[in-house]
Amino acid sequence: MPLSIDSALGLMPDALRLREQRSELLASNLANADTPNYKARDFDFRAALSSAMTGQGALSTDNPRQLQPADSQGIGTPVQYRIPGQPSLDGNTVDSQLEKAAFSRNAVRYQATLDFLSGRFKGLMTALKGQ
Amino acid sequence: MSLFKVFDIAGSAMSAQTTRLNVTASNLANADSTSSSVGATYRAREPVFAAVFNSLRPDDPTARVKVRGIVESQAPLQKRYSPGDPNADKNGYVYLPNVNVVDEMANMISASRSYQNNAQVLNTCKQLLLHTLQMGK
Repeated sequence: MPLSIDSALGLMPDALRLREQRSELLASNLANADTPNYKARDFDFRAALSSAMTGQGALSTDNPRQLQPADSQGIGTPVQYRIPGQPSLDGNTVDSQLEKAAFSRNAVRYQATLDFLSGRFKGLMTALKGQ
Repeated sequence: MSLFKVFDIAGSAMSAQTTRLNVTASNLANADSTSSSVGATYRAREPVFAAVFNSLRPDDPTARVKVRGIVESQAPLQKRYSPGDPNADKNGYVYLPNVNVVDEMANMISASRSYQNNAQVLNTCKQLLLHTLQMGK
């Protein structure tokens, strides 16, 4: 069986990258909680992960040695505007509580993905050492 | 690493909220600064925030915050008859700033809550990055 580190890690690296991009976006929403006319944004994590897994958005290649462009690490799904629960007069649609909850949840899931990834590495090390 | 960008984003928000707190402190401190003419009287100030997107990468959805400017309130000034005041004009009137203390207190609480939110975001990201450094160990 040829050992490929990439396939051994599965979807974890993609999930970790998307969690990171989502926390960046949510941090941006929270930072602009008092900026007039700022619209809160977010993306559908499930759609982003499945597009990363199926390789959508990547250029098709006929040789594995052909490289992808450097900025192909996008989100892979459109970033959408949040529908405001309580629109405010200054045109801002950030709900601090909602964003904070989403940020915390995202941080915990980042941590979980990180632990799974760590577990995979430990498994690989055990297999390599054969002990 | 995108998580490093969170430091920039939350940091810019904390800096903007600090400006807001400073302006509020200045307004509250000068709430009773009388003056002898309309032009020389202190007017309540307010910072205006704006979102800054990355102009080099239009597909980047994240935005930092900057203070676009500080505007003075155009609300009418109060005039009070107080001939004993050293600031009084020749008719015995002094002008009072248009600072609304209740507004300023609400502004102060809002700014400090926003600051706390961003400080928490910063801390969470720091923890996540430190854990990421330990990956596989």
